Amino acid sequence: MSRKAMTGNGAIAIALKQVEPDVMSAYPITPQTEIAQNYAQFVADGAVKTEYIAVESEHSAMSAAIGSAAAGARTITATSSQGFALMWEMLFIAASLRLPITMPVITRALSGPINIHCDHSDSMGGRDCGWVQLYGEDAQEGYDNAIQAFRIAEHMDVRLPVMTMIDGFIISGAIGPLDVLEDEQVKQFVGPYKAIHPLLDVDNPVTVGAFDSLGGWYFEHKVTQNMAMAKAMDVIGGVGREYGQLTGREYSHFKTHHIEDAEIVLVAIGSAAGNVKTMVDKLRDHDVKVGMMKVRTFRPFPAAQIAAALSGAKIIGVMDRSDSFGALGGPLFMEIRSAMFELGARPQIYNFIYGLGGRDIFPDDIEGAVRLLEKAAAGEKITQKRYYLNVREVSLDGQA
Amino acid sequence: MSKKWKYKDIDKWGPGRHEPGGTIPESGTAEDYKTGGWRTERPVRDQEKCNDCMICFFACPDSAIRVENGKLVDIDLGHCKGCGICAQVCPRDAIKMEDETRARKEEEKV
Repeated sequence: MSRKAMTGNGAIAIALKQVEPDVMSAYPITPQTEIAQNYAQFVADGAVKTEYIAVESEHSAMSAAIGSAAAGARTITATSSQGFALMWEMLFIAASLRLPITMPVITRALSGPINIHCDHSDSMGGRDCGWVQLYGEDAQEGYDNAIQAFRIAEHMDVRLPVMTMIDGFIISGAIGPLDVLEDEQVKQFVGPYKAIHPLLDVDNPVTVGAFDSLGGWYFEHKVTQNMAMAKAMDVIGGVGREYGQLTGREYSHFKTHHIEDAEIVLVAIGSAAGNVKTMVDKLRDHDVKVGMMKVRTFRPFPAAQIAAALSGAKIIGVMDRSDSFGALGGPLFMEIRSAMFELGARPQIYNFIYGLGGRDIFPDDIEGAVRLLEKAAAGEKITQKRYYLNVREVSLDGQA
Repeated sequence: MSKKWKYKDIDKWGPGRHEPGGTIPESGTAEDYKTGGWRTERPVRDQEKCNDCMICFFACPDSAIRVENGKLVDIDLGHCKGCGICAQVCPRDAIKMEDETRARKEEEKV
């Protein structure tokens, strides 16, 4: 193992290089470009034997990935934002054909107005497309998740595509420390690829993607996708533990900090989890009983485990980096709130939406959220559930 | 997965029993999937006029013109969707499109 200074994109490109999949089909898009560019360079330099398919759009990138994976090749791509949106229909097809494609997603806002900066509108919008979703906080988690994604996707009980997210620019473009495994360690951890019914096995011809409509089995296929998601829950945990034995960095569905005796718990996903953790430590110094949870696995959503972990909290603040227009709150908020419904004594749950289109989130914003939750903890009746942090013209009390 | 699996066993499918992703471990299954029911007109060939030139065979988008030993045998009504291209391209006017409903009623009489 060696320590390097790396951008988030650079870290992920190295992870992919160490796995050395058979095929990468990708189209560059800000802020993912560095991954496609670095990997194309590895191919051009002869550092990897991967077949690199330069396509003309992300719809083609995912289509080529589907064809490649169906042919029997270990296949990757990577994208962001509008590219993710352009892949949309093919994302569902990759999942329903149960092709274990892996894809780093460097999260970025969706237009309009045109905006290239970070938020989770792209990946959160794709939460129901049938892909496993893992969110990372920093370059190290981006690297680690990109490697584990192969084991999860290719597990015989799962065989689902996996996308691994890091925050655009904030992580993808910023240089941070990265512990890099030896190439051989990664290859050994990931293991050889085993295709199921590869199209290139011409002695055993198969039909992939057949018409299945009236009187067909479409409904049953959808049910089996959900069964695979349920199995993925255990596989993600098992792979995360094994990865911990190799690296000392164990992964599970979420991480908690000072949650045991916390009255107030903030839940975050992505890079903001680091800021929240710093603020929790600062407020703990001032005797505020606050803790935090960082969510890693969003699909499948570990509802029961999260509910159990949060069951001791009195007040929960869920932080979303994307909004769901017209809904009760952001996607993470709705999942957490729904998960908590099963509990006998339910905590109060509030939603803080922040960082849309790359808007900064400052320590003061997080502290402001905690201060509001303290009022709720003290018994003040607060009816408003959704708040926007660091947004102009709307204050924390919701008045325009 | 079992190589003995056949498309005709589709009724035994179900969650946990069918192949991941609905892959059919067999090829050419379109032959077993009858789609001729979409048709509103059917092609009827006049064997006297037909000289097996094969233009309709190449033009048919559904491979519904059956050929054996260089001779046009018949039209596969299980897959013909009645598009009428064969009738259009036939240089000898040997294929006529007839009303499907009427043709079926006449079949029933026989």
